[in-house]
Amino acid sequence: MDFVSGLRCRECGRTYPAEALHVCDFCFGPLEVTYDYERVASVISRERIEAGPRSIWRYADLLPVADAAPVDLGAGFTPLVRADRLAAELGLGELWIKDDTANPTGSFKDRVVSVALTKARQLGFKIAACASTGNLANSVAAHAARAGMDSVVLIPHDLERAKVTMTSVYGGRVFAVEGSYDDVNRLCAELTSEQPEWAFVNVNVRTYYAEGSKTLAFEVAEQLGWQAPDHVVVPIGSGSQLTKVAKGFKELYEVGLLDEEPSVRVSGAQAEGCSPVATAFAEGTDAIRPVKPHTIAKSLAIGNPADGWYALDAIRKSGGACAAVTDAEVLDGIRLLARTEGIFAETAGGVTIATLAKLTAQGVIRSDERVVAMITGHGLKTVEALTDVVGPTATIAPTLESFAEAMAADAVSTQRSPL
Amino acid sequence: MIKVRVPAQLRTLTGGVGEISVEGSTVGEVLKGLDAAHAGFAERIFDADGGLRRFVNVFLDEEDVRFLDGLATPVTDGQTLSIVPAVAGG
Repeated sequence: MDFVSGLRCRECGRTYPAEALHVCDFCFGPLEVTYDYERVASVISRERIEAGPRSIWRYADLLPVADAAPVDLGAGFTPLVRADRLAAELGLGELWIKDDTANPTGSFKDRVVSVALTKARQLGFKIAACASTGNLANSVAAHAARAGMDSVVLIPHDLERAKVTMTSVYGGRVFAVEGSYDDVNRLCAELTSEQPEWAFVNVNVRTYYAEGSKTLAFEVAEQLGWQAPDHVVVPIGSGSQLTKVAKGFKELYEVGLLDEEPSVRVSGAQAEGCSPVATAFAEGTDAIRPVKPHTIAKSLAIGNPADGWYALDAIRKSGGACAAVTDAEVLDGIRLLARTEGIFAETAGGVTIATLAKLTAQGVIRSDERVVAMITGHGLKTVEALTDVVGPTATIAPTLESFAEAMAADAVSTQRSPL
Repeated sequence: MIKVRVPAQLRTLTGGVGEISVEGSTVGEVLKGLDAAHAGFAERIFDADGGLRRFVNVFLDEEDVRFLDGLATPVTDGQTLSIVPAVAGG
């Protein structure tokens, strides 16, 4: 049994039943799932959660669908890794990495898709669909296969090869659209009107889908011993994940799982080539102007972010900040995380680490804070970005002389100390 | 005539029809013409100041009119205007 009381428009407050609706019929504002928190609080407990599955479904009481056998590949309960070596490099005190590269298809999208398709199946949908910058495509195709649903995935034509392969392999339909992600998204928004029997996870089922991201906050708090951190850094594509992470910490307190009311500063990370939210933050305005993206961080390349306003609002209300970093800084961020903590992130993770570094250097993120950085996708998905950046130290003949020569040359060129 | 594509959320105003032809020389005129033909469109897609509501996207053929001249963008016969809910994706 779920604890959903209905859907509510974030703009005008009109209420709707918990059906396949994503925008308010009146003002087109986004619909948000509402829960009966008193009833949740009466059943939920730390013990009940800790006895649950090692996946997002341990938090089922705070998710918008209850199902004894959800559409599940094991999303969630990913490692929260103490990152002392990275903290030392950046001048931070207590830093943690939420390593969502460890999800079944290598990104946080498994959280939202598992929720979305479980709800879609309950609503009677047989076909799973989405507009995607790649990670969502991978996850929808995989979860649909798992659930025995047909899938229709639409992606921009210029995605990284791995993301295309990791979608196509599951046997569903994949359409590469000649256009940007925003073009794909618009096409899917229009298709939703023509194909109402398809569950577009991030369009007509988006209300439920988005709730899956709250589990990032739930896990972080549980893994910190049922405490909220002081500051989280979250990448911004549509802005949905950041908004839901902020909501997640509040809900834990609302239902009695946190002793103290959390005051988590939430900061956003964007790439300069697609930074509508960071630009609005810097200019101090509420108006988010759509942009035409141009960045290697393709999973964040959403020029017209649906939840941009809400992300901006969550950042400002929490006392966080939002910054944008260059593609060169993104690559540095990927290598810094890999070199210091042994975690290989995709370009979006590079955006997060580079923004973490930038905001720390600016004094926004402080060394007396307990900081968590969300690393949301695996580096194998975007290896192209690093093709000319990293590679073998040298190519050598299979002889001791050749090896010694190459080691010596490396010591000179990189100034690394001899081993 | 300009062809206007109407999303499912607004088809209660058109008797379920998803495509309507309207006269007009700018995006704004076409949308007002739509309201004249099917009362109720204006309050749904315009805000109190007469601009597009922030969660309403309007595309002239392939392009978001916010990248063009907004409601003042000129339109010519044969073009298609699409009204699309902005909340999608990501």
